[in-house]
Amino acid sequence: MSGLQARGVIRSYGPTPALRDVSLDVAEGEIVAVTGPSGCGKSTLLHCLAGILRPDKGEVHWRGERIDTWPEAARSRLRRTEFGVLFQFGQLVAELTAVENVALPLLLAGTGRREAGQAACEWLDRFGVADLADVRPGAMSGGQQQRCAMARALITGPRVIFADEPTGALDTLSGEEVLTQLVRFAREQGTTIVLVTHEPRIAAYADREVMLRDGVVDPTGLGLDEPLVPVPAAGPGAGPR
Amino acid sequence: MPHVLLGLLAAGNRHGYELKRAHDSRLPRAKPLAFGQVYATLGRLQRDGLVVTTGQEREAGPDRTAYALTDQGRAALAGWLAAVEPPMPYVTSTLFTKVAVALLVADLNAARSYLIAQARAHTDRLRELTAVKTAPSTTLDDVVAVDYAVAHLDADLRWLRTTLARVADWHREVHS
Ligand SMILES: Nc1ncnc2c1ncn2[C@@H]1O[C@H](COP(=O)(O)OP(=O)(O)O)[C@@H](O)[C@H]1O
Ligand SMILES: [Mg+2]
Repeated sequence: MSGLQARGVIRSYGPTPALRDVSLDVAEGEIVAVTGPSGCGKSTLLHCLAGILRPDKGEVHWRGERIDTWPEAARSRLRRTEFGVLFQFGQLVAELTAVENVALPLLLAGTGRREAGQAACEWLDRFGVADLADVRPGAMSGGQQQRCAMARALITGPRVIFADEPTGALDTLSGEEVLTQLVRFAREQGTTIVLVTHEPRIAAYADREVMLRDGVVDPTGLGLDEPLVPVPAAGPGAGPR
Repeated sequence: MPHVLLGLLAAGNRHGYELKRAHDSRLPRAKPLAFGQVYATLGRLQRDGLVVTTGQEREAGPDRTAYALTDQGRAALAGWLAAVEPPMPYVTSTLFTKVAVALLVADLNAARSYLIAQARAHTDRLRELTAVKTAPSTTLDDVVAVDYAVAHLDADLRWLRTTLARVADWHREVHS
């Protein structure tokens, strides 16, 4: 079995249920948006899929292996190799320059300083922020920080990118640009993306949308109480005869 | 459309066919112009003194006449470019009208079903147009056109969802 699967995932924070039985299949190379109102469990699902959080019940599989039962060290290795994570606020290390931030995952994986630095520069260049190589995050705009974070998430060549509201802190144009670059890159490389967003405009970058509502997948996709029989779409020839 | 033709002529004299081609490439996501439309409009513009035919006739072919902008045409174009469009003077939209009529003549479920089907169609179109932006060989012409459509579809979608949440109350009010 390839790709990523959640099977009956349940997760609470103390007494607060965040996910109440979520199953989801993501094929490799697919871009899936996870949407829904604030508090519906999107981030919790993303964290479970990425191996950051462990479900209370249920399973998470990646390329045929059950990963949610792996010890923390193994899951954390997975996040440094095959998985990449991108959050709303870039979460760059404030004390490091852009190039140092981007090189970090390679250094942690044992790559030599020179080689890692060179690769980091290439990635910064790819996202149009090569001139910021020696700048620290504090002196960058939100959009610039997010481009660096994207370079850092992609430098290890992950097969899946988990992005949690990656444009949430950006103005419309910067958000569009960051997402366009991410999606273009993913399509080129066949990288899978799980994109968490509450905005339909951002979800439209994905191949498909999965909507959560109160910790479960909403089959209507529209936050309705009950599914309704849809009327046929109007087309030429429709209407009164 | 007449002003678009004036605008295209401001860049230099052109034949009807060239105008159609320039229109379709500058406004890539618009409905392509029909030749008949172009000639009919040029005829009216000429009658009103905004364009004139030039002497630069082609040897053969159906499209021999080239047109040029007059001073009056230039002034009309400048006036049009500077005029602010009235921001939605009337609230008219087929979407809105359809829901209102559905509530009058059909039941609540018909109105809701319509809203859902429309929201799905809008979501599909939103995705289709967004894909144009991430395609490798997209031009800025395309991106700017798609941005416009995306913003409007997004606004419609918000309205559709809000109305879906309000439609039961609205129905009660209409029939009370
Ligand atoms: N660390 C936490 N501690 C306690 N409750 C949490 C925590 N994180 C999330 N929650 C709760 O879990 C539910 C789902 O949260 P989350 O997954 O963050 O939703 P979303 O990302 O869709 O906004 C919410 O009710 C939220 O308040
Ligand atoms: Mg969240």
